[in-house]
Amino acid sequence: MTHYEIKSSKELRAGMGEGLVEAGKRNVNVVALSADVKGSVKMDGFAKEFPERFIQCGIAEANMVGIAAGLSLCGKVPFIGGFAEFVTGRVYDQIRQVMAYSNKNVKICGSHAGISLGEDGATHQTMEDIALMKVLPNMTVLVPADFNQAKAATLAAAEHVGPVYLRLGRSKMPCFLPEGEKFEIGKAQLLNEGKDVTLFACGHLVWEALQAAEALEKEGVSTEVINIHTIKPLDVKAIVASAKKTGAVVTCEEHLINGGLGDSVAQTLAMHCPTPMEYVAVDDKFGESGTPDEMLTNYHLRAADIIEKVHTVLKRK
Amino acid sequence: MKTTAELQQIATQVRRDILRMTTNAKSGHPGGSLGTADWFVAMNFNLMDFDPAKFSMSGEGEDMLFVSQGHITPVIYSTMARRGFFPVDELKTFRKFGTRLQGHPSTAHNLPGIRMASGSLGQGLSVGVGAALGKKMTGDKHIVYTMHGDGELEEGQIWEAAMFAGAKKVDNLIATIDYNNQQIDATVDEVMTLGDLKAKFESFLWKVVVIENGNDMQQVLDGMAKAKALTGQGSPVCVILTTKMGYGVDFMQDTNKYHGSVLSADDLPKALAQLPETLGDF
Ligand SMILES: Cc1ncc(C[n+]2csc(CCOP(=O)(O)OP(=O)(O)O)c2C)c(N)n1
Ligand SMILES: [Mg+2]
Repeated sequence: MTHYEIKSSKELRAGMGEGLVEAGKRNVNVVALSADVKGSVKMDGFAKEFPERFIQCGIAEANMVGIAAGLSLCGKVPFIGGFAEFVTGRVYDQIRQVMAYSNKNVKICGSHAGISLGEDGATHQTMEDIALMKVLPNMTVLVPADFNQAKAATLAAAEHVGPVYLRLGRSKMPCFLPEGEKFEIGKAQLLNEGKDVTLFACGHLVWEALQAAEALEKEGVSTEVINIHTIKPLDVKAIVASAKKTGAVVTCEEHLINGGLGDSVAQTLAMHCPTPMEYVAVDDKFGESGTPDEMLTNYHLRAADIIEKVHTVLKRK
Repeated sequence: MKTTAELQQIATQVRRDILRMTTNAKSGHPGGSLGTADWFVAMNFNLMDFDPAKFSMSGEGEDMLFVSQGHITPVIYSTMARRGFFPVDELKTFRKFGTRLQGHPSTAHNLPGIRMASGSLGQGLSVGVGAALGKKMTGDKHIVYTMHGDGELEEGQIWEAAMFAGAKKVDNLIATIDYNNQQIDATVDEVMTLGDLKAKFESFLWKVVVIENGNDMQQVLDGMAKAKALTGQGSPVCVILTTKMGYGVDFMQDTNKYHGSVLSADDLPKALAQLPETLGDF
C-alpha cells in the first residue's frame, strides 16, 4: 500500500488564498471579489498584494456574481469568495444566468463548505453545493483534498477558461499530498492501487479513505483509492476501468447523499458497467452545531464508516 | 414591567452571559451581542407583549420578534433564558453537540421562542413583513418586530422587503437597525457607506425613529415607545439604534475584532471584572 503521511494540518481555504496570490502574479487580469468575508475566505493576502485588483462588494453576494460576470467581459478573470452556502445556494439563479448559461470566465471560491464547518450549525453548513453546481451546464466543479491540492486547483482554475466552482472547507485538515503537484482538471488521481474494491473519494474524505484502505489492506482486502477532485467533468474512463477491475465500489464525500459525487459515480456505473456500490455521505438531513471532529464522527464520515460500507459491498459482489 | 434600573441590572448579567457562553463554546459572536444587549433586555422584559410559557409558532395574540442577523445568538439566547423561555443553566450548552442552542437560530431543535432559522443575512425583514401581513389578515392587533445589522443592509433582499412594506402600508411592523458602523472586514462606512440611512428608509415610505444612544436604557425605552406610537398610521416604522459593538467591556469596544472572535479563558476574567454579577451566573 502506498503510504501517506500527515505533513501538517492546514485549512483548504488557506490553500486557495495562497494559490490566488500566485495566480495574481502570473496573470495581471486575475481579480478577486469578496462579500465582507475577505479574511474568512483567505482573500486578504491577495487584497494586500494587489489592492487595486481586489473589490470589496459588501454583504451582497447576488450583486457580486453580476459584477464578476461583467468584469469577465472586459478580459478580467474574477474570483469571487464567500461562504460556500452564500455563493452557491443563495445566488443560484444569478450563477445560472450570467455565469453558466452565458458561459463566463468567473471562478467561485466557496469556503466553509460541508459539515466540518462545525459550530456555526446548519444554516452555514452547505452539503448541497456540489449538487447545485454540478447540475449546471458549462460549470466545472473542483473539490480538492487538502491544502496543497487546493492551491494547485486554484491555479488550474485561473488557467481554465469558463465558469468554475471550487469547494473549500474551513477547518484544519490533514495535509498529505505533495506540494507543487500539477492539478489536472477532469483527471482522477490514483492514490493506491487495489483489486478487491475501489474507494472513490473527494475533499476531506480522501484522507479518511486512505486511512480506511490501510486498515482494509491489513484485513487482506486490496483497496484501490481514487481521488475524484473534479466532480465535473467526471473522469468516466478512470471510474469505469477501476470498477471493472475491482467489481465493488464505495464513494466517500462530505455532502448529502443526494446529488454529490456518489450520484455522479452511480450514474456512470449504471450506464457503463453496473457494479455493486455503497455511499458514505450524509443522509437526507441537515447538520447542526458541534466541533468539526464531532460532526464528521456523528454524521458517519470516518474511516470506520468507510470500512463498514466496504464490508457491505463486498458481500454484494 | 421592570424599572430602568432593574433593566440595566439584567443587561449587565446578559453581558456576562454573552462572554461566558462564547468563551465556553470557543466560538460565536460576542461583539454585536454586547452592543444590542440593552435593546434585547428592554424588548423582552418591558416592550413586547408575550408570555414565554405560552409560546406558539403562530404567535397569535402576541408581539413577535425576528432577529435577522442570526449570528448574535449569545444575546438572543441569554435574554430568552433570563426571560423564562428555558432554564438559564442551558446556556452552558451553547454551540455544543446536541444542544438546542445552535450557533445560529434554528427551528429544528424545538427551542421555544424561535420561529425561523436565521444566519443567512438579509432574509428576516421579508419574514417580518409576511408575519405582519398575516396578523392583519387574521385580525390580530399585535406588532411584528425585526432586528437587523447595519452591514446586513447591504443585502438587496432587505430593500425588496422595505419597498414592499412601504408600498403596501405594512404599518404593524417595526424594524430596528443595529447601527454600530461595524461589520467583518471593516467599518460599514469603509465597506459600503449607508449614506443618509434615515432618508433612505423615508424614501421607501417608512417612518423613522433615531435612538442616538442605544446603550442607554432610558433612551431605548423612550425610542421604542415612540416607534410603537407610530404604528397603525399607514407606514412601517424603522428604528435606527445607534450602538457600540462590544459595549460594556472597554477593550472590546470601538473595534470589530470581536464580531466573530471570542475572549480566551485568560482574558475572560478581565472582562467580567467590568460587569458585576447581578442575577447569578449560569
Ligand atoms: C448571506 C450572508 N453573507 C455573509 C455572511 C457572513 N457574515 C456573518 S455576520 C457578517 C457581518 C454582519 O455585519 P452586521 O450586519 O453589521 O452585524 P454586526 O457585525 O454589526 O453584528 C457577515 C458578512 C452571512 N452570515 N450571510
Ligand atoms: Mg454592524
